[in-house]
Amino acid sequence: MVHKANARLDASFAALSDPTRRGVLLQLGRADASITDLATKFHMTLTGMKKHVGVLERAGLVTTEKVGRVRTCKLGPRRLEDERAWIESYRLLWDARFDALEQVVQGLKRKEEME
Amino acid sequence: MNGDSGSAATPTKNPTTAERTSDRELVVTRTINAPARLVFEAWTKPELLQQWWTPKSFGIVFVSCEADVRTGGTYRFVFSHPSCNEPMAFFGRYVEVTPPSRLVWTNEEAGDAGSVTTVTFEERGGKTHIVMRDLYPSKDALDAAIASGATSGCGEQLDQLEQLLATRPSKA
Repeated sequence: MVHKANARLDASFAALSDPTRRGVLLQLGRADASITDLATKFHMTLTGMKKHVGVLERAGLVTTEKVGRVRTCKLGPRRLEDERAWIESYRLLWDARFDALEQVVQGLKRKEEME
Repeated sequence: MNGDSGSAATPTKNPTTAERTSDRELVVTRTINAPARLVFEAWTKPELLQQWWTPKSFGIVFVSCEADVRTGGTYRFVFSHPSCNEPMAFFGRYVEVTPPSRLVWTNEEAGDAGSVTTVTFEERGGKTHIVMRDLYPSKDALDAAIASGATSGCGEQLDQLEQLLATRPSKA
């Protein structure tokens, strides 16, 4: 099915396509953390972690704030319950429901035709 | 349960759309390849409703399904989901039951913040166009429903995203 391309959602999906970045989001869901904390936790260089955080930041999933010498990361304003993503998951639920409804109704139709 | 006799009942899959049409309203549409009276029947007989309301791919399972589908009648659906410790109950009242064209019910599990759902079934050339409108009492109520991630009733947003990623067509 072709749905309207949604650049914002695409950015989220791209950001979420990487297991480390999903891990970072899970981690930030528990508590804010500095880039150094995250790099340590994910056994990564500071530069590598900065890159991942940058991707999440551009997708609006994470915001960072520099206080003194420490850059703290937290879940972004869009967080994970981004409205478009939610509506898409809601659509997927109803799409699956309607597929099943179609099956049930086709069953009724066949039964009727046989009677 | 439909027997898996390999019968391809639907040659072409009709698209489902979902849209937030206003501060307070969500609208879902779909066309079903059958007359409205059959679609209405599948929507209003609990034993048929149970066969489609909880799609397997979403991991939701009916624990119980009670529905007294007439104006003023009540319903209560109880589901279980692997990510929920407790079963989830959805309940409310049928405000309008007009076969085979219109159904209106309340969603009372969220208290005052619950939506009122209106489904219309419009038959065109042997097919039925379904429009389902969920009207929330306020913008805040709809925002809150979205923020809670309550598509399946339990607020596991990450699960939901994982699911989205898993079900996204690879050649999108």
